[in-house]
Amino acid sequence: MYSRGMNALELSHLQKSFAGVPAVRGISLSIRQGEIFGLLGPNGAGKSTTINMIVGVTRIDSGTIRAFGYDNQRDYRMTRRMLGVVHQEVVIDNFFTVDQALKLHAGYYGVKDDPVWRQLLIDRLGLRPHLGKVMLKLSGGLKRRFMIAKAMIHKPQLLILDEPTAGVDVELRHGLWDFVREINRQGTTILLTTHYLEEAEQMCDRIAIMNHGELIAMEETQELVRRLSNRRLRLWLESPLEEIPNALTVYRPKLKADGRELLLCLPTGEGAGILLQQLCELGLKVRDIETDQSGLEEVFLQLTGMKGNEDAH
Amino acid sequence: MPTDQGRRYYAWLPFITLLRKEILRFWRVASQTLLPPIITALLYLFVFGATLGERLSVLEGFSYAQFVIPGLILMGVINNSFANTSSSLFMSRYLGGIVDLLVTPVSPPQFIMAYTLAAMLRGMLIGSVVWMLSTLFAGLPWQSPLLAILMALLASFLFAQFGLIAAIFAHNFDTLSMYSNFLILPLIYLGGVFYPISILPEPWEKLSCLNPLFYLIDGFRHAILGVGDTSFLLAFGVSGTIALGLFCWAAWLIGKGHRLRT
Repeated sequence: MYSRGMNALELSHLQKSFAGVPAVRGISLSIRQGEIFGLLGPNGAGKSTTINMIVGVTRIDSGTIRAFGYDNQRDYRMTRRMLGVVHQEVVIDNFFTVDQALKLHAGYYGVKDDPVWRQLLIDRLGLRPHLGKVMLKLSGGLKRRFMIAKAMIHKPQLLILDEPTAGVDVELRHGLWDFVREINRQGTTILLTTHYLEEAEQMCDRIAIMNHGELIAMEETQELVRRLSNRRLRLWLESPLEEIPNALTVYRPKLKADGRELLLCLPTGEGAGILLQQLCELGLKVRDIETDQSGLEEVFLQLTGMKGNEDAH
Repeated sequence: MPTDQGRRYYAWLPFITLLRKEILRFWRVASQTLLPPIITALLYLFVFGATLGERLSVLEGFSYAQFVIPGLILMGVINNSFANTSSSLFMSRYLGGIVDLLVTPVSPPQFIMAYTLAAMLRGMLIGSVVWMLSTLFAGLPWQSPLLAILMALLASFLFAQFGLIAAIFAHNFDTLSMYSNFLILPLIYLGGVFYPISILPEPWEKLSCLNPLFYLIDGFRHAILGVGDTSFLLAFGVSGTIALGLFCWAAWLIGKGHRLRT
């Protein structure tokens, strides 16, 4: 069944409602082997419900989930062996120390404890000084690291991270993402959700955005940002401009008080060439030019309609 | 290479691991799980064996201590088997740790059997300690030791299933303790631990026959003393039927993920 080149995960027409209220409305998506895939969306968009259906914590109303070609309902033992998950909520078990819990956890997945791999995870996630502690004695950041070690202990082929960096400090976030990149380079496919959109933009090969239980975008990260974001041009003119020419209205121009600094927005998908040509035709001499591009955050806000709300406030 | 390809998979290992974890769980907190029931049993033995027992006689040919000890042993088995599955599963649900298990390849039959066997081990361990302590007060004739062990195993199995069901339906720790305080405890006390139901006037004798605990306790005592209020076969048959019914119910609930999966 399992072969190279097949998708790591395939969701097809997935639906879930809670007490008649739809949480996920028929989403379909595929995650390729070896990629880092970001599932983004505002709170209540249905991300965690989707993840919980993938890992088997939440029952599916309709639709199918296949992991590496195996159906996660019919072949649940096979699919669960291939998945590792770090839940958004911190799971506490105070009966066992970090080391004991890691040793036990591999067994749940039907694989014997691999001391070399376990030690590697312990060192890589900075858990060595805390091996003898129970979870209650760990700080929030350490609990997160321990949960990642637990999710990786059976060497899953697809690691699912549901807000793994929620509430953790910047240093730890960077450390965790470095680790995620490292294991991805070594062959593990990653599915993650995060509220830190800048990180998602840097980390993810592809991104899907959910809102109100529906998939509203899914593309290569750079393509999504390029296609939907706005590029801004800041021009410094040789001589001050008294009035903005009508021909530039399409670029939503803003002129600074001294008349020498002009701010223009390029329409989505349009290069700067046409604009520069127009400026020449208008006889405007440009002394200097600076461009910047809005990132994933702005795209996200536009797509989810949150930008409009923010502006309204 | 962080994938499980090439890593050998053992189908039985999830079950063994969960069983080991469940045993370690009660063993690690022995001062809370093993010691209190032993002290309670010791107090009962002292009161009914060394003090009141000398002045009481409810069954011809046996001292009161000999009569009451089988009931006390079974009480330890029942309470601890129930406590083990109910507290472990409920705490997992309550604290969210159950999620760690639900995402693994542990199958529903493995889940039930691991929880059940750990609970039976705890119940039988307490029962054995109570029996050993009881030898300080009175010796038992052990007419049919194998049947007695079979009955104790059946009692621990039955209450392990009941513990699983209670843990699934309990909303909080209060409702869970209600099962032990307001259901199991009265049924044990009224099920003939301290007296043979044959000495009760009507309608209490007939009503006692509706108490499922009566059959467990009487069957166990019958196997040890060789006499009882009812036949061993009837006691075993009724208890076995109830155990099977509870097992099917627990298996259905866990297989379905009722109140475990959302």
